[in-house]
Amino acid sequence: MPVDHTKNIIEVEGVSFAYNEDLVLEKVNLNIHKGDYLGVIGPNGGGKTTLIKIMLGLLEPSAGSVRMFGQEIRDFKDRSKIGYVPQKVINFDVNFPATVYEVVAMGRYGKRGLFKSLGKDDKKIVNESLKQVEMYEFRDRIIGDLSGGQQQRVFIARALAGQPEVIFLDEPMAGVDVLAQDQFYQLLKRLNHELEITLVFISHDIEAVVNEVTEIAFVNRSLSYDDDPKNFVKGDLERLYGDKKFIHHHHEHA
Amino acid sequence: METRSLFIITTNMLDIFQYGFAIRGLEAGIIIGMIAPLIGMFLVLRRYSLIADTLAHVSLAGIAVGFLFQINPIVTAMVSTVLSSVVIERLRSSKKVYGESALAIFLSGSLALAVVLISLAHGFNVGLLNYLFGSIVTVKQMDLYIIGGLGAVVAGVLYLFYKELVYISFDEESAQVSGIPTRMINTLLIILSALTVSLSIPIVGVLLISALMVIPVVTALQFRRSFMKTIVIAELISIFSVVAGIFVSFYLNLSTGGTIVLISLVVFVVSLLLRRR
Repeated sequence: MPVDHTKNIIEVEGVSFAYNEDLVLEKVNLNIHKGDYLGVIGPNGGGKTTLIKIMLGLLEPSAGSVRMFGQEIRDFKDRSKIGYVPQKVINFDVNFPATVYEVVAMGRYGKRGLFKSLGKDDKKIVNESLKQVEMYEFRDRIIGDLSGGQQQRVFIARALAGQPEVIFLDEPMAGVDVLAQDQFYQLLKRLNHELEITLVFISHDIEAVVNEVTEIAFVNRSLSYDDDPKNFVKGDLERLYGDKKFIHHHHEHA
Repeated sequence: METRSLFIITTNMLDIFQYGFAIRGLEAGIIIGMIAPLIGMFLVLRRYSLIADTLAHVSLAGIAVGFLFQINPIVTAMVSTVLSSVVIERLRSSKKVYGESALAIFLSGSLALAVVLISLAHGFNVGLLNYLFGSIVTVKQMDLYIIGGLGAVVAGVLYLFYKELVYISFDEESAQVSGIPTRMINTLLIILSALTVSLSIPIVGVLLISALMVIPVVTALQFRRSFMKTIVIAELISIFSVVAGIFVSFYLNLSTGGTIVLISLVVFVVSLLLRRR
């Protein structure tokens, strides 16, 4: 698809981050353009999630800056432009008493603002988002009762409900079975193509990601970037991972 | 014969309304029964259940101050819990102290302070014992106004921030990304908890407050319903426990707080058994 490279949505400049003395990220530069479908890959512990959290303003970098839609991230107020799908399997309480509808409605809360409850329009958008991910029939079910793949689609719907321009997904395939993964990749492709939503997709599943995304960023403390994932051949991987012998299997998710 | 004994039972049942203190106790109890699970819902889901207990112990120090200086103990309890709640939240978010350790420090520290203050005020008396375990006799007309006013404030603020609280309870990180002021909402929640603890003291007592905030909610969670329905179920269980507890304790001359909590526990056990089937 044609990517509009003229518009930078996110500019990461010289970002470093250290936990105590440990340098996790070192002088990372990265531009994300409108319409990109960027795969952020790299070994576990390589700093992928840290980089995303810095981009989202959840973590403060030790050095460097992040600009979101042209503004410093800490001054960035128009938060509804950003959708976020966190590492669900780890953080999510399956006993939480919320229906699918209630979870997706949360995606409208930030946009609506304090002291205001959701109106008719919000409810319509919530329902549309549910239809978009083909989960409308499940709207009255308790979120914890769904399968991993269904839950993940609900979280996508929640992100969509905010009508974002860019969606960040952190390891969205964890706990999702292979068949659901294929559906999920198709859904993401559709969001990117039809709704022209910029996607930033974190994964350690390099093989799968390379076939889906339009750009790839490899994070292992420092960052290397390529705007054609097909160039990202095995030789590159071995060079980048060094002697860690990172062998990847498609079905290894716990 | 049977109709006659039924008649005697019903007239006896209505005895409670002949006593002004009992009516006040019942009114205060219903207000607390409505507010406690509202706050408890968010505390339980955020794994903050122990905060209620900690704040209850802090309130005891406040009550002791009230006794010492002859100020309404609910007022001093309120001031001490609200102040401590803010400090606890600061300590937790500064990460200088583990969250649980901050709670432990406040729990034991305020209990120590309370005991010292009580000994200064010439030891235990019956009034203090009522605050420890709750009694409908404790509720004075002024208390009822305070409980009603505070209850309205807590319910109103919860209503205003309902959607933010729900989002933060479910997924704090995403809530923050979407621009919700999570720190402000967290502080608000803990202040509301402090207020709820203080206003619940006269009925359920310092040592049993957290039970009323936690047990009805945990019971309602067993039904696996929507957020809204879970709150409604918790409300029904809580109000039932409070009203039944006050009636039973009145007629059998038992501790009010203890009876209320035991009744809510029975409901909880029943809900567990129902879920197993």
